[in-house]
Amino acid sequence: MLKKVVNNAEEAIKDITDGATIMLGGFGLCGIPENSIAALVNKGVKNLTCISNNAGVDDFGIGLMLKTRQVKKMIASYVGENAEFERQLLSGELEVELIPQGTLATRCMAAGYGIPAIYTPAGVGTEVAEGKETREFDGKTYLMEHAFKSDFAIVKAWKGDTHGNLIFRATSRNFNPLMAMAGKITIVEVEELVQPGELDPDMIHTPGIYVNRIFKGVNYEKRIEQVTVTKRG
Amino acid sequence: MLDKFGIAKRIAKELQDGYYVNLGIGIPTLVANYVPQGIEVILQSENGLLGIGPFPFEEDVDADLINAGKQTVTTTNGSSFFDSAMSFGMIRSGRVDLTVLGAMEVADNGDIANWKIPGKMVKGMGGAMDLVASAKNIIVAMQHVNKAGESKLLSNCSLPITGLGCVKKVVTELGVFDVIPEGFKCIEYAPGVSIDYIKEKTIGRLVIADDVKEMSID
Repeated sequence: MLKKVVNNAEEAIKDITDGATIMLGGFGLCGIPENSIAALVNKGVKNLTCISNNAGVDDFGIGLMLKTRQVKKMIASYVGENAEFERQLLSGELEVELIPQGTLATRCMAAGYGIPAIYTPAGVGTEVAEGKETREFDGKTYLMEHAFKSDFAIVKAWKGDTHGNLIFRATSRNFNPLMAMAGKITIVEVEELVQPGELDPDMIHTPGIYVNRIFKGVNYEKRIEQVTVTKRG
Repeated sequence: MLDKFGIAKRIAKELQDGYYVNLGIGIPTLVANYVPQGIEVILQSENGLLGIGPFPFEEDVDADLINAGKQTVTTTNGSSFFDSAMSFGMIRSGRVDLTVLGAMEVADNGDIANWKIPGKMVKGMGGAMDLVASAKNIIVAMQHVNKAGESKLLSNCSLPITGLGCVKKVVTELGVFDVIPEGFKCIEYAPGVSIDYIKEKTIGRLVIADDVKEMSID
């Protein structure tokens, strides 16, 4: 009997301790594991290394964990929407590794596919390449980038079943299925938790084998960074 | 001299029927508003959407559906969603025909800097390094000079590099410049802008095309 379902975020993250390396899904505030972030803030775990495309905004997403100084190191590709982040970075309080977005995604993918490293052209000749092994293929230079190692991956899906099979919605998919494959322990929060058989196997984005814990999240705010609309008429 | 809308309009003339195009944040995003009549282009958003539609009506705003600039958007007939690894897979494997992005500096050998000002501003490269390392055709949309009035078209980038030798064309409020082995080749000047003024505002090697002409944007 598979026992993946937990009651809530608190239970799902209960063994995340100080110094852990965690991946957090989402692009900007889209598709972030809101419940789990709130639980991490409540738990007060410290010295975390966070791998996530962005660092939230000042008062939402990973920004909440920055405010409480729970993050020792941030690995991300773009952090432009967070003033507190920029302040901690420029003052040296926060260790930051900025890496190209495609490299971030593919290093997650490599972890989930059991491949130790990838070669990418992104960052060749830049600061990103410093200290990294390069290799030429067909006359073009590539950087070797390692698969991520992380203790936990925390992702948000739209629907999931109790076996951990997941379906994501629209652009809230982003890094979530990649990180779901990449954690030593993968924790998933879903908007809708259903019984096995209710999801069409052809529509599954992440097979349940990658998922260790799943719970139904509550009170999603789904904050939008920039509401842009077309006016009628 | 052009405003940012004029720069976007001029870049839109580079679009060809059937192109898959990635538009960066800022002026590049505006290019989508000026796709020429009668041609179809598919816009790629690196957060996982191919086929970006217009902004939604207010009642259709969906927090799960945004572009890479974190703005709410819509899908169109024929759109698809995918994860971030596949998104950059299509970029790195050369499927995207044209990339338009902003820059802080461009060098006359095609180097670009647009992600960091040491000690002052750190936003990160996002997908820019992946895009510039892989795209077949890269157009930079930017102001010709910075806020201090200094040229952004340089001999060498002074800021940390985003990618080497990758920019093919630069469109600024002053003109259109192809990046060729001899430097920036001015092929068009904006209405009301003299060649002398362009020379004064360009630090990198500048070549004026024999058939240089006034830009037409309408």
